[in-house]
Amino acid sequence: MKAAALLLAGSMALAACASDETDGGGGEGGGSAAEELQVGLAYDTGGRGDRSFNDSAYTGASTAVDDLGGELQELSPNDDASNRADLLTQLAEQGYDPVIAVGFNYDEVIAEVAPQFPDTTFAQVDGSNADGAKGDNVTGLIFAEEEGSFLAGVAAALKTETGHIGFVGGVESPLIEKFEAGYVAGAQAVNPDIIIDRQYISPAGDFTGFNDPARGQIVAQGMYDAGADIVYHAAGGSGIGVFTAAAASGGRAIGVDSDQYLTVSDPALQAVIMTSMLKRVDNAVEQFITSYSEGDVEGATDVLNDLSTGGIDLATSGGFIDDISGEIDSYKQQIVDGTIEVPTTIE
Amino acid sequence: MSRTSAVLRRIGFALFGPLLAVVVALAISAVVIALIGEDPLTAFQVMVDLGDTPSQQVQSIVVILNRAVPLFLAGLAVAVAFRMGLFNIGVEGQYRLATILAAAVGAAIVLPGPLHVLVVVLVAMVVGALWAGIVGVLKVTRGVSEVISSIMLNFIALGLSSYLLTGPLRGSPPGASIITTAEIPESGRFPSLNGLLTGLGLAAPRSGLYGFLLVAAVAGVLVAVLLKRTRFGFDLRATGLSPSAAAASGVDARAMVVKTMLISGAIAGLIGLPDLLGSQFDYGTEFTAGLGFLGIAVALLGRSTPLGIALAALLFAFLDRAALPLQFADIPSSVVTIIQGTIVLAVVVANEIARRLALRSAERAGAAADAGPAGGGTGGGAPPATGPDGGRRVRTGVPDTPEDVQA
Repeated sequence: MKAAALLLAGSMALAACASDETDGGGGEGGGSAAEELQVGLAYDTGGRGDRSFNDSAYTGASTAVDDLGGELQELSPNDDASNRADLLTQLAEQGYDPVIAVGFNYDEVIAEVAPQFPDTTFAQVDGSNADGAKGDNVTGLIFAEEEGSFLAGVAAALKTETGHIGFVGGVESPLIEKFEAGYVAGAQAVNPDIIIDRQYISPAGDFTGFNDPARGQIVAQGMYDAGADIVYHAAGGSGIGVFTAAAASGGRAIGVDSDQYLTVSDPALQAVIMTSMLKRVDNAVEQFITSYSEGDVEGATDVLNDLSTGGIDLATSGGFIDDISGEIDSYKQQIVDGTIEVPTTIE
Repeated sequence: MSRTSAVLRRIGFALFGPLLAVVVALAISAVVIALIGEDPLTAFQVMVDLGDTPSQQVQSIVVILNRAVPLFLAGLAVAVAFRMGLFNIGVEGQYRLATILAAAVGAAIVLPGPLHVLVVVLVAMVVGALWAGIVGVLKVTRGVSEVISSIMLNFIALGLSSYLLTGPLRGSPPGASIITTAEIPESGRFPSLNGLLTGLGLAAPRSGLYGFLLVAAVAGVLVAVLLKRTRFGFDLRATGLSPSAAAASGVDARAMVVKTMLISGAIAGLIGLPDLLGSQFDYGTEFTAGLGFLGIAVALLGRSTPLGIALAALLFAFLDRAALPLQFADIPSSVVTIIQGTIVLAVVVANEIARRLALRSAERAGAAADAGPAGGGTGGGAPPATGPDGGRRVRTGVPDTPEDVQA
């Protein structure tokens, strides 16, 4: 075993000696490009290709870099995401600026790393820095998910034929509870007596619930079997299971984050997606990079994306909710006006 | 003369497996890298490049060591049970439950420095041991397979720690996105070894080298001594090799099962502590999960010996760190996952090949030396020879006994 490791190390060291040119190239790139935009993007568990918020952040960042010119460097964490701090440190150390962390799991890590690089601008998707506790150079890109979920609840309550709807959360966590709270409030605003089944796929601390279609399907199937006809999911990759259950039981489902009517590839599943609660992480990231390039980023503040900014919305693809668009728009207006205050936590 | 050649042969066979595995894994990975259109040589170069400046290099080494410490402890916990022929899949649940309770106790009490840390460590070990002990007791009293019960207890442990975290032990404010326990005060934290690094004339790294490295090293030495130099260790290994032979020679197999699970669980309890006491200071929803399962791979790769596990943990940690530079070089980091997977797979296959070769050679040697008195006692199996050959016994004195206890 020892010899094996030695041999491995030795062969690799030899390989390393063979050429240093890639390092040199990278170093120059980092040093000389003061003018050029160098965006660093650090993903959360799952990394690129999760068809969820990591991909959405990439879309926004790549659009911005395409428009403004420059370079985009993405980093995915290891399987258990134990190296989040390392991702941020490496990006900042290599001269990437701004550095954008995706996901609330970066909360503690960004607060440690950002102060070590006072000249680098950081942003965190889904993490607030309104009080500046994470450092003066960190901007929070946050979303009013409860507002969009409220509209999803309104749509579900208006469209249900059984007076019985459902909610499937991915992982029991404060973030997903915002979705739940808004959805429940919206449904009850339409029909105070509506029955709402609510269930989470995995408990707090176990992130498998965001990527487990099989369990998503079981949970949703239980709701359809119990009489629910519309189920809203805030469960990332597990949502496909919810759609499958909807298709199997002749029910309907509400998607989340992106317009899932457009992103789902299977036509049978597409047919059950009544609408989706849009959380435009891509827009938020794109806008942040744009305002950074224009020198408009202050730090120690939050950029709130909600119904009024268009960062949160309800999708209409498929035309399933066209007949109730008047009511939805009126609720939307009341939320934007502040007439309706949407709760962010479940009582 | 034949003794030295036998030793050499044994060492040769012991090294052959892992060596072959690593070479095969590297070859397969090179093919995969080439297939996705990248240059394998560039990829391997990037992986061994620790950084340009001394401080970056030291930082890379610290990152590797900090990752290796929990992996080592996880491998050790799994290996102790392995050697006894027990497959403790419950390490995951044991360390998660142990960590959250240790974190809660650490935050709740105030004691002078070293004592505070000691209490946290003891709580973690006791919780891990008790949780693993359930598996042992179920096995000896009800005959429940430890594989089944430890998997089931994982689910219970995860659910329980989630309940504790969101309920009674919640220390984070209501609005926070990450739910954590209360933070452990300064006196309960394990100091970093950065002073040692700078003392050795190395550049100061950006993050702290876990002081828990020392605890892990001590644990490794203790386990090595326990297995190789004590009556208990001998009984343990003998039971692992042949439960019936061990029982015939007077080993109380039932007590051994419970004791082994207690030790395995106590070590499992330590897995979360390097992170808890070295950098996190609380247990939260984002606390590293899955180390218990990685430990199985590490133990397998290290052939269940403390030294082997240390090297395996370092290799895994090294590969883990390499995932970042690879991404900077625009090579998908999944290359690392592929290498890790193929190494483990190749080790299993190579171990089997090495074992058969060794067995054949031992048979030949045994036939040649049949007249001589070299065979050793007949009853309880010959005292296992030293050497890093891990869980696989190649010469048990009864050459044609099928060995089926290993996972």
